[in-house]
Amino acid sequence: MLKYILKRLGLAVIIIFGVSVILYVLVRCMPTNYVDYLIASLNQGGATHNEEFTQELYKAYGLDGNIFQGYFEWLGNVFRGNFGKSFITQHPVVEDIFTPDRIGTSFIIAIVSTIFEFLIAIPLGITAATHQYSIRDYVVTVLVLLGISLPSFFFGQMLKDIFANKLGWFPVQGMETASVSYTGFSRFMDRLWHMILPVVTVTILSIGGRMRMTRTEMLEVINSDYIRTARAKGLKESTVIYKHAFRNTLIPLVTSLAGLIPSLFGGAMITEQVFGLTGIGQYALQAMQQGDIPVIMFYNMFLAILSVLGVLVADLLYAVVDPRVKLV
Amino acid sequence: MEEILNVQFPEEEEIKEQTPLSGEDGDGEAPLDKNVKLMSPTRMILRRFFRSKLSIAGIVMLAALIIFSWLGPVVYQRWGETETDRAGATDFIEHVITDDDGNRLYTQYLVTDKGINALAAPSSDHLLGTDESGLDVFTRLMYGGRLSLTLSFMAVFLTSIIGIVMGGIAGFYGGWVDNVIMRLTDMLICLPTLPLMLILGTVLTANEVPGQYYIYILMILLSLFSWTGMARLVRGQILYLREQEYMVAAEAMGYSAARRIFKHLIPNIMPQIIVTMTMSLGSMILYESTLSYLGLGVQVPFASWGTMIEVISRRNDVLQSHPLVWVPSGICILIAVLAFNFIGDGLRDALDPKQRR
Repeated sequence: MLKYILKRLGLAVIIIFGVSVILYVLVRCMPTNYVDYLIASLNQGGATHNEEFTQELYKAYGLDGNIFQGYFEWLGNVFRGNFGKSFITQHPVVEDIFTPDRIGTSFIIAIVSTIFEFLIAIPLGITAATHQYSIRDYVVTVLVLLGISLPSFFFGQMLKDIFANKLGWFPVQGMETASVSYTGFSRFMDRLWHMILPVVTVTILSIGGRMRMTRTEMLEVINSDYIRTARAKGLKESTVIYKHAFRNTLIPLVTSLAGLIPSLFGGAMITEQVFGLTGIGQYALQAMQQGDIPVIMFYNMFLAILSVLGVLVADLLYAVVDPRVKLV
Repeated sequence: MEEILNVQFPEEEEIKEQTPLSGEDGDGEAPLDKNVKLMSPTRMILRRFFRSKLSIAGIVMLAALIIFSWLGPVVYQRWGETETDRAGATDFIEHVITDDDGNRLYTQYLVTDKGINALAAPSSDHLLGTDESGLDVFTRLMYGGRLSLTLSFMAVFLTSIIGIVMGGIAGFYGGWVDNVIMRLTDMLICLPTLPLMLILGTVLTANEVPGQYYIYILMILLSLFSWTGMARLVRGQILYLREQEYMVAAEAMGYSAARRIFKHLIPNIMPQIIVTMTMSLGSMILYESTLSYLGLGVQVPFASWGTMIEVISRRNDVLQSHPLVWVPSGICILIAVLAFNFIGDGLRDALDPKQRR
């Protein structure tokens, strides 16, 4: 087990290294004068970047040397914990991202909508599977497929238009009501009120996949021999479904939890943009649209590391949950 | 020795013709296949596919969209894709020109053309009104459909070809080739798609790629990064099929590697490949529209469904009071993706050999 984990961790290092090479090459595909142009246009916008900052940036990203020199210079900086400063905010990237406002917001939205996703999708998947080819199966399938097929920006904007603009039940955008300064519990409630529409958007868009997964797994389990045996023993149908079938359906569901690690911390870019939330996704989106190289490199490396970890944890969880699986 | 080498093995079809069905052996009895209705696998799959109402709905929706997008502009030629309606209302200002004594000489009318007929309400002239630059929404829906559907087909096709080749090579040869390709897919999987496309978009912008090729290049680049799922699928299947008896037989008969891959392995993986392709058609449409929404896709005045929604991220008044500008294209995207999901679902059920229905 330990040997397996060590081997996988070694592989993960190689993978992360490869990802960083790919990312760096991509970023370097931008012509160097683009950085000048970018800084110039930022300067016009009111920000002041002096010559020193530009040189520092060039050096931090090795943009003045050739691509090999540049890469290793960048790598050296990373090992010293220096990810550079954002072009836009001029703060160190790490400080910018790891604040309760940025990663905290994204994490809360992601965790709440993941919980709702599982709470809604799993029962739906079970009923669809136990009533296969019935009206209920059709209705549930059509509804969740509708959810998958909605473009996130379209659905988000529609919800915003209907429930915030027209009906006025929810705030249009932002993290909290700007005009009133709440404290304590009422501030918390105000923030919660701003989170409802984004959470609904993310949840509805993601229910479909989870429900289809539950349904497929459940169908496979229901058709297996031991379920027939359980029925033949004369067990109640509810016992058969929830005690014998559902527990085995849980195996892939639990392992898929690990695959959610990157999306828990990565933020929902489009949703955050639509509702004007200052999460990590919105920060990264802005950075990528404006060519903010330090943020681009950091954010994508962060996500890559999380997804490598996610895959590893999923494989390990598989062995923990399912005793038939042996890790080699 | 030479003679032995030259022995020709009969092709599969020939074998079928030569060996009589066991039912025909008896002299008086009717052959078995007259009594039992034999169905070819293709017919069986088609029957299972069309049994599901959802797959029929998917086919109908997709066909309607294709007819609408490709035949529509041929029939409805009132407006072009990039044709601005300049017949906006005219304003005139009246100036009465008088001489020094106050006698009226003539009246001067200053006619100002308000220019473009922007954000017009639906009428017989514009079935769904016009957008913010006076372009006919209904016409642009049709042209946008052409572009969105073509792009997604193109991207999925390219992705699948790369994926099949890479997965095929990895699974068939194994060893270090397999290792290299699989580590490469591991790396590519770690790159999140949307951020990656945003980076590529910035790179394209920085390199000053002309607007009309922009989205095509972006989708080609996307395909270069998103073949990993297909490659993994193909590799897994090949690893399984490679051990089957018929593959051992094919190897024993001395067939070339290419023939064994493309004639014996790929046809057996085709069902899974087709299902995956259908499903990814939908996600490609979503990616294309998301990119266009973020302003990285098709550039105005050219139309795509995503570009037509993009306006609401800039103008709150359009979002609130002109839903006809953006809601129809959103519904078109929804219908297209839903159609591909329905068809993919139906195909998966129909192609599943475990199902006997």
